[in-house]
Amino acid sequence: MATTNFNCSLFNNDQAATQNTHSLQELQQPVVSTKVFIQRDYSSGTLCKFQNKFPTELESRLDRQHFEETIQTLNNLYAEAEKLGGKSYLEGCLACLTAYTIFLCMETQYEKVLKKVAKYIKDQNEKVYIPRSLLLTDPIERGLRVVEITVFEDRSFVPTS
Amino acid sequence: MRNCEYQQIDPLALSVAPASVQNHADKKVERPRRKWEVFPGKNRFFCDGRVIVARQSGVLPLTLGLIVVTCGLFFAFDCPFLVKHLTVFIPVIGGVLFVFVVLSLLRTSFTDPGILPRATLDEAADIEKQIDTSGSSSYRPPPRTKEILINQQVVKLKYCFTCKMFRPPRTSHCSLCDNCVERFDHHCPWVGNCVGKRNYRFFYSFIISLSFLTSFIFGCVIAHITLRSQSGKSLIQAIQESPASVVELVICFFSIWSILGLSGFHTYLVASNLTTNEDIKGSWSSKRGAEESGNPYTHNSILANCCATLCGPMPPSLIDRRGFLPPEESVPAASTSEIELPSFAAKNDANMCTQSTKDVLERMRHSSAFYGLCLPGTPKTTPVGLEVTGGAPARDPETSPAPTLCSPFSRRSTSDSLHSINPAFRLASPSPSLARVTLVLGEAPDVSFIALT
Repeated sequence: MATTNFNCSLFNNDQAATQNTHSLQELQQPVVSTKVFIQRDYSSGTLCKFQNKFPTELESRLDRQHFEETIQTLNNLYAEAEKLGGKSYLEGCLACLTAYTIFLCMETQYEKVLKKVAKYIKDQNEKVYIPRSLLLTDPIERGLRVVEITVFEDRSFVPTS
Repeated sequence: MRNCEYQQIDPLALSVAPASVQNHADKKVERPRRKWEVFPGKNRFFCDGRVIVARQSGVLPLTLGLIVVTCGLFFAFDCPFLVKHLTVFIPVIGGVLFVFVVLSLLRTSFTDPGILPRATLDEAADIEKQIDTSGSSSYRPPPRTKEILINQQVVKLKYCFTCKMFRPPRTSHCSLCDNCVERFDHHCPWVGNCVGKRNYRFFYSFIISLSFLTSFIFGCVIAHITLRSQSGKSLIQAIQESPASVVELVICFFSIWSILGLSGFHTYLVASNLTTNEDIKGSWSSKRGAEESGNPYTHNSILANCCATLCGPMPPSLIDRRGFLPPEESVPAASTSEIELPSFAAKNDANMCTQSTKDVLERMRHSSAFYGLCLPGTPKTTPVGLEVTGGAPARDPETSPAPTLCSPFSRRSTSDSLHSINPAFRLASPSPSLARVTLVLGEAPDVSFIALT
């Protein structure tokens, strides 16, 4: 049977797969090798900013340039969200005058930027990270504490090419 | 055959908590749970996660009661007289102030103050790796601090043993709510919630508007009694005609001292971009040694500080209260982290004590979850439609001994559950796993063809 052959080939090739009967699952669910956490950079205060230091674990997988570009863009987006300017003051004053009930129907500047961030991360994942067996997690999923990059084992992941 | 291999796992699972696993599976299918239901902090939620309050609502009902009663008495007993003798704007102004006060109060009480979700297991492990623990033979880990430079000022970041992370600057752990709160000001019992980054502006508008309201009512009541006693009657007679005014006078008199004082204090804090916590601890006072330790967060201008604190952009809530838990995550792991990393809990004895009973229950559920992952039709496979069909034939040519089935699987599921079960409120797997699954689905048929050939 096709499926038997399928399992047999895995038995022969892969030691880990011999132990695992959920072979199809194994292939479809890439194994997490490690996770790299990019911590926050507090050098300019409590603004949301991530460290631009290139982690050594990613040296074999990713260009420094790609990484720095991703982090820099994220930092710029969050800076835009937290910018103290005319627009944010207007939003704040308007909210105050309406006893903050306006937030019930209006989307804040921050929320708009968060949507942009989500879109950017999805885009980066598709173009840069997933082809290299990596996955970026949106920092908002981690309470804006870290940028989590999941490193998958190469063998169980078929990259898009 | 299919049932056989899983039946060998079952006795172990059965000895732990079979019914709960089954019930969990049923419940998972029946009702998707929201994240607020498994929130690890001491908060209570209403309206399906829309409203968040501290566990002890403190004196909030009293605060509300006092405000409503005083204003009620004012509108009922003082306003008719004052409208007749003075102006109709008095109840109008009173009404506007009252509405503003109540809305601000409710907003302060029911808003997430800036709670930081707890670190995931992976994050905590990563931080633990980075901390140098070489040579520490003592059971208690040394106090963990990290020094960073903020605007050329040295700031110490402390490690939070409950939330398993280094607290960002200006963040403090509230023991009443059992949460780390960003820009923690204080826990206000009158409001029944912490005051932090997200609700400080509401709190400030509450106390300012309350100062105006109490002063206004106080002034109006004085005017009322004065006008009454002027028209030929004595003061005692005037009071006898309107006893409610005395009640209002007493309440307002005592409130004004405290509220006006508080408003003044917080105005000072806002103008210098400080929190109550920092002010009380004297973090940035010049008394600390010879080195100049000014506030590194100040914008060096009163107006800029005020605008930044009160009119700045509204940060989002970092805890996704109303998000749905993915089916595999519905085993909460608030205390699973205690099991996995006991060294962390060593310092936080109180936390361990409160978690001890929960621990036992969680251990049972946790170990059943390992075996639960081995069970057929596990929700883990459901997001990938292909897996269900592909998995079934894969089970048939089962030749390897059954016990070894589960142990490597549980080894893998250990890493998965480390990956998936996490004490943080925002959960790890949903978006990445779904994202990667949707992308991998496209590859799966090719993969299987490659394996066959």
